[in-house]
Amino acid sequence: MNFNEKSAFMEEQARLDEFNRKLEAGEKIEPKDWMPERFRKQLIRMMSQHAHSEIVGMLPEGNWITRAPSLRRKLILLAKVQDEAGHGLYLYSGTETLGVSREQLIEDLHSGRAKYANIFNYPTLTWADIPIIGWLVDGAAIVNQTMLAKSSYGPYARANLRICKEESFHKKQGYEAVALLANGTPEQKKMVQDAVDRWWWPTLMMFGPHDSNSPNSSELINWKVKTKTNDELRQSFVDRTVEEAHAVGLTIPDPDLKFNEEIGHWDFGPIDFDELYRVVNGDGPCNKERLDARRSAWDNGAWVRDAASEYARKQKLRTIKAS
Amino acid sequence: MTKQEALFTYLLRLADDRLILGHRLSEWCGHGPVLEEDIALANMALDNIGHATSLLTYAAEVEDKGRNEDQLAFFRDVREYTNIKLVELPKGDFGFTIARQFLFSTFAMLHYEALKDCADPQLKGMTAKALKEYRYHHRHSKQWIIRLGDGTKESHERIQKSINDLWMYTNELFFMNEVDEVLISEKIAVNLEKLRSDWQKLVEETLKEATLEIPDYKQYMQQGGRNGIHTEHLGYLLGEMQQLPRMYPEAQW
Repeated sequence: MNFNEKSAFMEEQARLDEFNRKLEAGEKIEPKDWMPERFRKQLIRMMSQHAHSEIVGMLPEGNWITRAPSLRRKLILLAKVQDEAGHGLYLYSGTETLGVSREQLIEDLHSGRAKYANIFNYPTLTWADIPIIGWLVDGAAIVNQTMLAKSSYGPYARANLRICKEESFHKKQGYEAVALLANGTPEQKKMVQDAVDRWWWPTLMMFGPHDSNSPNSSELINWKVKTKTNDELRQSFVDRTVEEAHAVGLTIPDPDLKFNEEIGHWDFGPIDFDELYRVVNGDGPCNKERLDARRSAWDNGAWVRDAASEYARKQKLRTIKAS
Repeated sequence: MTKQEALFTYLLRLADDRLILGHRLSEWCGHGPVLEEDIALANMALDNIGHATSLLTYAAEVEDKGRNEDQLAFFRDVREYTNIKLVELPKGDFGFTIARQFLFSTFAMLHYEALKDCADPQLKGMTAKALKEYRYHHRHSKQWIIRLGDGTKESHERIQKSINDLWMYTNELFFMNEVDEVLISEKIAVNLEKLRSDWQKLVEETLKEATLEIPDYKQYMQQGGRNGIHTEHLGYLLGEMQQLPRMYPEAQW
């Protein structure tokens, strides 16, 4: 190692020490701070997956806006789906702080290189699916995002803090509507129980594979991007949700579900992780439809985006000419 | 026609325009050309449907027959809907939606400015609040008309076609009959004919800035929406919108 190489190495070491010191002290890593390449890559992967999930997630709920059964529910649903778009926007902006453009991220989604949450590849078949998504899916998302609001990467933590506030409202409205259905007419009761039966297991899969089989988890926990494991988060979701289901007389579709007095948690049955992998990798009931919808929105909007940039270019020229 | 009957119909007209337009805007949710526009269009859908909800609630109160806003929205058929045809046409491409937004919100803004001295305090309050929203809808769509008109060759052609196609539906914005006469004498409504020149001026200014042609005012103009004579599109829209409450009329949601 010559002198130059040696000093470069020492500089690198000093940066890494500073990065580790910040993590250790619980300080946030900010966009302009030095960070290991692997840290940057993992964050881009994770944050863009989160952003894509918000955007793809608009579709299954969005298709019920025009059919919502009352004006109040219509307004709530519309506001909720609009919130998801907003979450996507700040998550894409947050990811851009890591040096990747929104266009690139969108291209990765459209080409299938980037993933998004498994749950949005299931169909919303009846109105009851909408309150159930609010209660279960947004409920699961809150458990995850509450943790991520403490993430070591500053922009991601702040985005999640903001997202959590809105998701709490989503969950609250979802549960309120679930309770109304669960106490409604016989058809409504049947409709809402059927929705729980269909959405329960895919919701548990949202937390990802078991800790023993989660390749990214330990690294993300060491970096304090995540502070809890998939299984810990899943357990905390099950514990709170089972109580809520029982409070409104709904049955969780799991014969193994039982309160474990010893550890003070609900034990639950085995999750079909083959289904999770299959759906995440493209073979779920609505994967093709969701991606086709995103691609066609993007392609049909190309002329609009082209017009906006051409107009901006003309305006710039006019300003230069005028001055 | 009594003042009460006239006011009920007047409120329904305002509400139906906004509910149906809001429905068309909400169809964009998740399908916009860029995320910012998904948010903007959803926001404008919310403004319209939210305002329509207040108007229908008040209409039900004025009617005083025990109906509520949901019954007015979900249990009236095509012939009882009083919106103008302009707002019920399918959403088309982004340019078509923007062109409609521009033509409608320019009118709504002028209409609500004129209602600032409305003698009905409830209607006055609601329209004053919504006026801020329509000023935004006007500004948003105006900027897009200019970008699309003065953007690329393709965008210019597309937005010109949308303006041309929508033009024959614009005369209905100024529709008046006995309902208006009764309410004008009560100082609740305004003479819409007096808004026409301001509307034309605002529309023409923007079209010129966007390098677009102003269509012929003397062409065939559509009418009938206010009397429940609609396009064939409204039936499908209501079929979708009203499906659940009509399937389960006893249920609460």
